[in-house]
Amino acid sequence: MPDWTILVPVAFYLVVVFGIGFYASRTAPKDEKTFMEEYFIGSRSFGGFVLAMTFVATYISASSYVGGPGAAYRYGLGWVFLAMIQLPTAVLTLSVLGKKFAIVGRRINAVTLNDFLRRRYESKTVVILGALCVLAFFSAAMSAQFIGGARLFEVLMGVPYRWSLSIFAVTVVAYTTIGGFRAVALTDAIQGVVMLVGVVIALFGIVNLGGGMESIIMRLKETDPGLITPFGPDGFITKPFLLSFWVLVGFAVIGLPQSAVRCMAYRDSKSLHRGIVYSTVSLGFILLVMHFTGAIGQAIIPGLEVGDRVVPTMVLQVMPPVIAGIFIAGPVASIMSTIDSQLILASAAIVKDLYLNYINPDAGKRGLMQLSIAFTALLGVVVFMVSLNPPPLLIWINLFAFGGLEAAFLWPTVLGLYWRRGNATGALASMIVGVGTYVTISQWKIALLGPRVNAVVPTLLLSLIAFVVVSLLTPKPKEEIVDLFFRP
Amino acid sequence: MKDRFACARREALFGVALFVGYFLWWYGFGYGLGSGDPENYTYVFGLPAWFFWSCVAGFVLFSAVTWFVVSFFFTDIPLDDEGEVDPRA
Repeated sequence: MPDWTILVPVAFYLVVVFGIGFYASRTAPKDEKTFMEEYFIGSRSFGGFVLAMTFVATYISASSYVGGPGAAYRYGLGWVFLAMIQLPTAVLTLSVLGKKFAIVGRRINAVTLNDFLRRRYESKTVVILGALCVLAFFSAAMSAQFIGGARLFEVLMGVPYRWSLSIFAVTVVAYTTIGGFRAVALTDAIQGVVMLVGVVIALFGIVNLGGGMESIIMRLKETDPGLITPFGPDGFITKPFLLSFWVLVGFAVIGLPQSAVRCMAYRDSKSLHRGIVYSTVSLGFILLVMHFTGAIGQAIIPGLEVGDRVVPTMVLQVMPPVIAGIFIAGPVASIMSTIDSQLILASAAIVKDLYLNYINPDAGKRGLMQLSIAFTALLGVVVFMVSLNPPPLLIWINLFAFGGLEAAFLWPTVLGLYWRRGNATGALASMIVGVGTYVTISQWKIALLGPRVNAVVPTLLLSLIAFVVVSLLTPKPKEEIVDLFFRP
Repeated sequence: MKDRFACARREALFGVALFVGYFLWWYGFGYGLGSGDPENYTYVFGLPAWFFWSCVAGFVLFSAVTWFVVSFFFTDIPLDDEGEVDPRA
């Protein structure tokens, strides 16, 4: 039987989020020309705080709330150490992509990353391939989020996994379908605040319960000295493993389409500057506290089989029910906000990048709206089916999706913005080599640069070489493209 | 109007520098203090010293430095092309 003192705050929270989605969809401009810009990036109107929160909420997601702490539970402080690699990514992404993307995006009216690729390379193949990659890897990423959300509800309500998955999926898909990007970004901002408050309460509660920091760390050391070293139990976290994470969730995050889209959505350069600072502080804070909570969970409730259940289980044990409910709303919020923006981007890939560009350029507003909504809902259903049989640690699914998106988009994005000589053939070669290598290596577990190096490292090296070599061997891009993208 | 892309490039380099700087701090303290036998660890506020300096202090310091760099070295620029319209838009 579920505990109502926990369920009520969570339910209340979900209703509020729903309400905002409805409200946002009603206040959005209704005229035909702006529908795409509004639905997919909220009319480029976000200030610093909203930019930071949508960036953070999207980026940390279920992998930080459920997956990350789950892994930290198993591998100890070493995994917290590894997670902290992600701290400078907001600075890196927003300062490398931020201003250039904002200027160019306005100049060419880009709404998605594929819009940018289409104008920069003027190649149908690049756009179609890009849209397909977004679809494929986002479905994987979304399934990680669904599993994360369902795990929370499963522990929280004491219902079977499939039930909790259904409840979760219906809520998320419904409000994303209705509200569009403005709803997503607004709820991101609220959810960001809830997350920040939630993690502080959780950490204090748990440290208190464990009898203070010192005794918790000592207990970890008694369980396995590996838990308090940077290397993890049995030296699981080797240096090559850690360094390939530096590439996968650190540097290469620039190449994720969800980062790019946020760089086009803010209002002015002041918002960007504030956004950089706010997102760094909140990202670091949530990463550190959540993973650390997972790691010390080993000292407080040892012996959990499914690592992903550690945070919800612990929260239920240490906190009075109502507070636990409010706390659980934090991760639920975070997961929802990640998945809704992925849903939006994936449906943008179909409706905007494929349908509107190549199938029916004259589609009217009504048709587009119905199509966007239909595809958002359809994708939700597909991902739901995929999530029915989850693995014990969802982090691996999420990381796979990250790597795939980076393999496809990192170099075409960064070099497209900063290298005049880059051309369509180069971009195409880079995407094909990137995705090809990545899928091959991950599928057959080929150790290209050593046994513990993640597939994304050789992939990004090869796709960089492909981009540069092929671009140099084929003709320069047209004068007018260079002018459009590099004229001051 | 001065070259907005030159400014964007300069700030991109600041971003990369911050990224690399953090990496050195984080990696240096993590492995520098954490590589020995756990029996010989020293502790700060109950946490192993390598963890405290690398992850906790690293986070606080990096946030402060980021704020400093963004406030003093990043410039405000207009994002719209004034008076220009892309002929194909």
